[in-house]
Amino acid sequence: MIKKYIPFFVLALSCCYNASGQTEMDAIMMNKKQMCIGPMYTYSSWDHYWEGKYKRNNQNLGKVSTQSFLLGANYGITDNLNVMVMAPYVWTKASAGTLRGMEGIQDISAFVKYRYIPFKKGNHKVSVFALGGVSAPLTDYVADFLPLSIGMGTTNVTGKLMADYQWKKITVTASAAYIWRSNVDIDRSSYYDTQLRLTNEVKMPDQMQYHIRAGYRGKYLLAEAVFTRMVTMGGNDITKNNMPSLNNRMNASIIGGQFKYHMPFHPNLALTGGVGYTVDGRNVGQTLSISGGIFYFFYFGKRQTPNS
Amino acid sequence: MKKLFFYLSAIAAVFAFGYSCSKNVEYRTQNAPALQPSKNDENAGNWKPVLLTAPDEFAVPAPGATGTPDYIAQINEMKSWQQNMSKADQQSVKYWSAGAVLRWNEILRELVAKFNLPPYQNPDGTYPVPNAANPLAYPYFPFANPPYAARAYAYVSAAQYDALIAAFHYKKLYNRKAPYAVDSSVKTLVPRSDLSSYPSEDAVVAGAASEMMKLLFPGSQDYINKKMEEHVHARMMAGVNVRSDIDAGLALGRAVAQKFIARGRTDRAGAAGGNAAMWKQLEDDCIARGETPWYSLETPKRPPMLPAFGKVKSLLLDSMTLISLRPGPPPSTNSELMGKEIKEIYDIVTKPTREQIAIVHHWADGVGTSTPPGHWNEIAAEDWIKEKYSEPRWARNMALLNIAMMDAAIVCWDTKYFYFNPRPSQMDKNIKTATGVPNFPAYISGHSTFSGAAATILGHILPSRANAYDAMATEASLSRMYGGIHYRSDCEKGLEVGINIGAKAVDRAKIDGAE
Repeated sequence: MIKKYIPFFVLALSCCYNASGQTEMDAIMMNKKQMCIGPMYTYSSWDHYWEGKYKRNNQNLGKVSTQSFLLGANYGITDNLNVMVMAPYVWTKASAGTLRGMEGIQDISAFVKYRYIPFKKGNHKVSVFALGGVSAPLTDYVADFLPLSIGMGTTNVTGKLMADYQWKKITVTASAAYIWRSNVDIDRSSYYDTQLRLTNEVKMPDQMQYHIRAGYRGKYLLAEAVFTRMVTMGGNDITKNNMPSLNNRMNASIIGGQFKYHMPFHPNLALTGGVGYTVDGRNVGQTLSISGGIFYFFYFGKRQTPNS
Repeated sequence: MKKLFFYLSAIAAVFAFGYSCSKNVEYRTQNAPALQPSKNDENAGNWKPVLLTAPDEFAVPAPGATGTPDYIAQINEMKSWQQNMSKADQQSVKYWSAGAVLRWNEILRELVAKFNLPPYQNPDGTYPVPNAANPLAYPYFPFANPPYAARAYAYVSAAQYDALIAAFHYKKLYNRKAPYAVDSSVKTLVPRSDLSSYPSEDAVVAGAASEMMKLLFPGSQDYINKKMEEHVHARMMAGVNVRSDIDAGLALGRAVAQKFIARGRTDRAGAAGGNAAMWKQLEDDCIARGETPWYSLETPKRPPMLPAFGKVKSLLLDSMTLISLRPGPPPSTNSELMGKEIKEIYDIVTKPTREQIAIVHHWADGVGTSTPPGHWNEIAAEDWIKEKYSEPRWARNMALLNIAMMDAAIVCWDTKYFYFNPRPSQMDKNIKTATGVPNFPAYISGHSTFSGAAATILGHILPSRANAYDAMATEASLSRMYGGIHYRSDCEKGLEVGINIGAKAVDRAKIDGAE
């Protein structure tokens, strides 16, 4: 239930940021009339980044860190149709240099997740999912101040297809998403990317996100290894010793792990957590992120096992 | 059936969404109307030039008669192009029709923004210096920082202005009719004018601008040449100039530019970077005066930006006048007043409003932008499109604006290195800034000086906008306090000095023959 296309420069990427369980990233569904709600905290930082494809550090930024605290909720309309909503508060900071970090309420996002089970026999189960989502800034925060802005300022519309295969308690999930991003109005009256643009409107390239996760899905414990590849469909590289800009071609490959654990003595309560590390990128920071959260599950209908 | 209808509606909705969310951006001057001057200024040949000793300092040969086979061949060349115009050709004609000075000013701003990047450090923590003789090797030449840019805008604008004065002198002298006035079957794609067409005013501007810009941005010669060729070709396709009009214009523009280039080689800008001994001397002298000297806040420490730019020769003012414009000293770094000014900045940056940050970023004009002088060129150009000035008046106004801002750069940089006083974040480490701290001393604020000078001359040129320009200059000046990178004294004194410099440009405007 975590905000997804947070700028990599600013925050860790989704999967790292996103701990396990009933999110738009995974194959877990809430049951009918079941709801979960809870906070999550994420800390992410980098001291190296890719200026185009050139990896470097910047002693005038030092370590750039981002903290976020979000609230999310997920509700099962039916066993196969879930809706989820979330919004974070974000802080940024640079450990060196003079630039002041920023903070504020970032974007609200909402997803609808639909499941269809075409095959289920014995220990084998295949599920396919269609997801749609939107996100938009909740405040007039400053986007055009990378890498210290708290968000990208875009309104996003996401379409995603996902497939999940389960054999006993072992699962593999793969998904691909297309993220349409709106243009962003900035405080400057013009800007240069590959040419001089006499406008305050920055044309934002769309993105694709590919995601694979695999691991154990037990009654109480869910533990998975995850890999995410984010690709921006256009945009320019940061030129040498320039500032990053919103419409840079930001790509990243991130590996990580996530877990969710329902307390056996009180399964309504679950702890989640995850780590993620950017192993390769372009125009993004080499982020390491760690997150943890507590979710509480309400059952308005029939009680079922958590990780159905 | 009902289901099918639902799916079709859903697909239609998706397409409708895609259409309404088209991301194409219209740039503000992209569809600027074709320039149709409200006054031709056919006597611009009598205006006072900047460097030319006389409008006929560079000879332009008399054009061939319009009845000759050679001229008819040129008309036919024009017509043949008109018959085979691609969509790109039509767009090119439309683009350039908005005005020669306008479009070359935009190209110049683009090159400044492209090259306004401080060099990345060497592995040993020193910084490489861009080399004009090897512009394509890193660090690229130039680092088009604000003083470099101010000088570039001034030279390019002034060269265009002088070249147009010469062109209008010859237009009147030779009085060659435009192709459409000679041959009524010539189609024109842009507004006609009853001015003489020889030499072409567009080609004069293109020749002067491209020649100057190839010197200032030697790594972009191909791009500049391409623009120049596109420009003159557009004028021939538009049916307003034959090849001999163009060739004479280009040659005249280039000849005038050469005079400015010769001047540029001796205006001391080449030595503005100084050397290690000079940087040390500035620090030692400041300590000897009992003040805290400026230090670079970058890591590794970067040498100060163009410390000898204050010695550069102005295109308008003599060196005694420039020195007389230097203000008195800032508050002593040990004084109570300085303590108060530091505290004021600390308080502002600790709790900035969203509006204050918007102001900081709107006026920051830092790395990768066309610089504060470029921002004022943008403001001026977009206002002047509505004024329908003739090309020589566009050039004259641009020259006045940019000569004033180059003088602002000279006086401001002279002041900065004369006093060498530190930035707020050096005096108080807790002052975190909302924009990058420029790598040169604080007093006086460059943005304030540029803006005071620009608003003053712009308000004289377009009195109906004078109050708006003053308000912008004040906001630009305050933006540096909101950003946490200047004290109040830097900004207020900078604005005042800028206004004094702008007044010198106004004095010049009153006697240049254009009013």
